Amino acid sequence: MKKVYLSILGFALVCRMGAYAQTHQDTIQKKPPFSLYTPVESSGSGTSYDARELHIDEINFVSSYYSQTGDHSPVTGGIGTENVTDMSNGLTVNLAWSGGYHNNNTLAVGLGFDHHTSASAAYVALNGGSNPSGTRIYPSLDWTLENPKTGGTFGIGAYYSGEYNYKSKGLDFHWSAKTADKNGEFGVKLQGYFDKVTMILPSEFVPKPAAVTTQPGTITITTASGNTEIVSVGGGVISNSKSSLPTSGRNTGTLSLSYSQIINSRLQIMFLGDVVAQQGYLGLPFHRVYFNTGKDTIEKLPSSRFKLPIGIRANYFVGDNLIFRTYYRYYLDNWGTRSNTASIELAYEITPFFSLSPFFRYYDQTAARYFAPYEAHTVNDQYYTSNYEYANLHTNFYGVGIRVAPPKGVFGWQNLHEMEIRYGHYSQSTNLASDVISVSFGFK
Amino acid sequence: MQFHFMKIRLIGAAAAMMITLGLSSCVHLKEYQKNRLNDSEMALTNRKVEKNEMNFQSYREAAAGANAGKTGGGCGCN
Repeated sequence: MKKVYLSILGFALVCRMGAYAQTHQDTIQKKPPFSLYTPVESSGSGTSYDARELHIDEINFVSSYYSQTGDHSPVTGGIGTENVTDMSNGLTVNLAWSGGYHNNNTLAVGLGFDHHTSASAAYVALNGGSNPSGTRIYPSLDWTLENPKTGGTFGIGAYYSGEYNYKSKGLDFHWSAKTADKNGEFGVKLQGYFDKVTMILPSEFVPKPAAVTTQPGTITITTASGNTEIVSVGGGVISNSKSSLPTSGRNTGTLSLSYSQIINSRLQIMFLGDVVAQQGYLGLPFHRVYFNTGKDTIEKLPSSRFKLPIGIRANYFVGDNLIFRTYYRYYLDNWGTRSNTASIELAYEITPFFSLSPFFRYYDQTAARYFAPYEAHTVNDQYYTSNYEYANLHTNFYGVGIRVAPPKGVFGWQNLHEMEIRYGHYSQSTNLASDVISVSFGFK
Repeated sequence: MQFHFMKIRLIGAAAAMMITLGLSSCVHLKEYQKNRLNDSEMALTNRKVEKNEMNFQSYREAAAGANAGKTGGGCGCN
């Protein structure tokens, strides 16, 4: 009996010691490794909430190279090269902090930079002498406030995109709320884009400069772009004043609704729907159309468009390693286009930190009622375009992605917590084909 | 093309039926039962690496939207 009592006492003592085993400070001070993560400290100011200081939560970098071939360029009226290359790079820095009432704040600061070459852009000038390349820069800001108790969020975002012939400003408001059991979530986003299209015309439609003699010995020349030059009769420029090319507006308003629901421990789905209204100049001024008479003109489209896409995503976890990621969308608009999109991706987790994801996407659409190919429109048509974006077509897109996210970081670098590489081949029934390779890095 | 539409509509109708049946049998899950659902591959969002793919598709195709991507405007349309 004494042995039993001693055993219990001894066990209790060992347990008691164990309870304090982690309370002593380690006397060996190790220099922490470099990290973007800033340890969060209690404010200690006696406030009723645990405020977290502003810190970098995550940095994402995505880069893509896109190469395209085709022979239905809208610049040359539905015939001619559509060869394009595009290098896109985007960086997003997510800043996080907590404010009053335990709310979590996130500020996503983004910057994108694209450089493209488009063989057909050279043919804005009939002799093929226009600049075939261009760059686009697009910064963005998005602030989101989250209530960690309810999981509800509210946020606003702002966006700008600028390239030589197209400028865009955007603004959005977004809101989401979870169901009481947190197995469902409803989201709303209201988005507005306010764009300006620079009216760069095909060279044959640029009005010839008007030359007017204003004072003895000088000539005033006004060009199509609005520039004014005063030149001497001998040819020397006395003065010039540059004004920008005229622009036309294009506004887009979008209401996006979504609802996601957990069905069971392996299946979750999401319904998505957008209501999109556009008004303004909806074509591009350097797209040519050739009538059946052989005469060419500039693409003409209605000044309003209404789009209604609805979609569903369903992700299903099969067994322990395989995930089916599926998506379907039906689309209709008031230009007469109807479309279906279906995609499936099989993400196979070779280890919990390494997955391989082959994917396939099928897409089809009917032609917009304003589309006709080269020399098929008649001069009596009210609207006309030979842009194959609006043609009757179907496409296939397939490829494979790799995702690496080891707990010790990619290549052993703790801060690089995730890397994805993805390659895809795209082909349209219109002979357009392209390849795209993308890589993304996630830093913490 | 008509064949493609028929095929897609059949797939869509079948998917809608499965989802309707699935929704009617939703189960309430505790947080600790969501380990598979919390797997990053199960996220009901686009992959970050897909961003530029969605952009080029929206320029080459008439349809856009309902995928948390572009719906029109703000391009890059060259």
